[in-house]
Amino acid sequence: MAIARFWRETPRRYNLGGSRCTVCASVYFPPRTVCPTCSTHRQSIGKMEPLQLSGEGEVVSYTLVHEAAVGFEMQVPYVLALVKTTEGPLLTGQVVNVLPDEMRVGLKVRATFRKLREEGPAGVIHYGYKFAPRDDLEPGPRPGRNAEATPVHSSDASRARA
Amino acid sequence: MREVAILGTGMTKFGELWDRSFREIGIEAGFQSLVDSKLSSHDLGALYLGNMASGAFLEQEHIAPLILDYAGLAGHHLPAIRVEAGGASGALALHEGYLAVASGAYDFVAVGGAEKMTDVSDTEASRIVDATADTEWELVFGATLPSLWAMVARKHMHEYGTHREDLAALPAHDHLMASKNPLAHFRNKVSVDQVVNSGMVADPLGLLDCAPLSDGAAAVVLGPMETARKYTDTPIRIAASQVACDTMALHHRRDLTTLDSTVFAAKRAFSQARRKPADIQVAEIDDAYSIAGLVALEDLGFVAKGEGGAAMRDGRFFGKGTTLINASGGLKAQGRPFGAVGVAQVVELVRQLRGEAKERQVSGAQVGLAHNVGGTGATSAVTILERAN
Repeated sequence: MAIARFWRETPRRYNLGGSRCTVCASVYFPPRTVCPTCSTHRQSIGKMEPLQLSGEGEVVSYTLVHEAAVGFEMQVPYVLALVKTTEGPLLTGQVVNVLPDEMRVGLKVRATFRKLREEGPAGVIHYGYKFAPRDDLEPGPRPGRNAEATPVHSSDASRARA
Repeated sequence: MREVAILGTGMTKFGELWDRSFREIGIEAGFQSLVDSKLSSHDLGALYLGNMASGAFLEQEHIAPLILDYAGLAGHHLPAIRVEAGGASGALALHEGYLAVASGAYDFVAVGGAEKMTDVSDTEASRIVDATADTEWELVFGATLPSLWAMVARKHMHEYGTHREDLAALPAHDHLMASKNPLAHFRNKVSVDQVVNSGMVADPLGLLDCAPLSDGAAAVVLGPMETARKYTDTPIRIAASQVACDTMALHHRRDLTTLDSTVFAAKRAFSQARRKPADIQVAEIDDAYSIAGLVALEDLGFVAKGEGGAAMRDGRFFGKGTTLINASGGLKAQGRPFGAVGVAQVVELVRQLRGEAKERQVSGAQVGLAHNVGGTGATSAVTILERAN
């Protein structure tokens, strides 16, 4: 697929850039142009402001994927979860640094910047958020706090593999 | 709006039809439906064709005129319209055909649904159908259609104490029904144990919780109720045809174990038909995944939220109660050629309501309901049919 398609989502996928409706204060991820919550959507046109999610949240549901999505074959079985962020929006993402047995509804997690998949041996490498148990992460910059750092080296990629 | 009747039905065998092309199966189902009524192709005002992804599966877009052409109707210059709504494409084609006749725009229309899924590898086919979920915000992060439904299942188990075996009861029922259906993809029986122990796809869903990738086509012809008896002895009235949509991604839903699209489509359909769930004797529900069928029972109003597990455990809809679900074998066992599913469900209902379903006939069936879902519930369609006496 064209590189631009992934590149243009970088602010969202790397930094959890969402949006907030200045009329009703609802928060969305990915960002929206109109607010679905406001009674009349026209009120919110031009009044949505960017809001970066903290990446903190808890697991609402999860699964252990055995039949992988394309590009994820080398990772099976992997944990996929629905995570409710502190700001409100639910996100779909993998959970790493966790054993399947340790997964539970209510597990506190934090977003972490990882390699998602690569487009074949010579293709583009996609990066973005995954989640890890909160206790498991060392204190330090959270995803989104280091917006300039765009890992391109294979060492980042191999470290990202959970 | 005038009343609309189904005048004829047609359907190919579902399965891995390696020796048959897309156009062949599309035309077979279409002609069967015409022959089944007393209509001639000259009577048709339009063709609506439900198809999800011919471009991805066959590198062929623009398929509505293709089918029209190979049906020998290119010279009639009818409008031929493709309708796409993921796994609900067939039901939405039916909805469009229904509206066209009800509005008086056309007197007679053919509605088809067709999908050819086995000309690509299983991996490729899975990738194509996964795209009925949100590619950018679900699939990119490693989600697949079954894994999203697996998370609905996990949540349902967590919230309502639903058991793994409750999920497995539906595929077992579906296979039993399909064993009596000569057109079904799978005609073997499977036990609850076999479903529970089938190879894991996305925990807790195993291979036997998931409907297959099938080839197949189905068709019906529609016309105004007032002249229906000229064309068939047993017109089946479309008492309701309703569609509702919801957020594209599962993670944006109001409630993870409720398909609001189904709730709204069902409410509107029952209201349009002036019926309630207890009036339905035969229901074809979308059980693309066992959990999808379970929550469908709740969202359609057959049982209260959270009681789907108990209903499956007790076999309340497997022949004991007022309503029997998936007499055809459902998506799980009759098969799941995506764009054809919604039309095939209606074909089964018509055959049931006419009393032509042979071994799997539900005796005295008068009212039937079909429920078809796209993606993880961004689209749902509910159709209610009644035998016109």
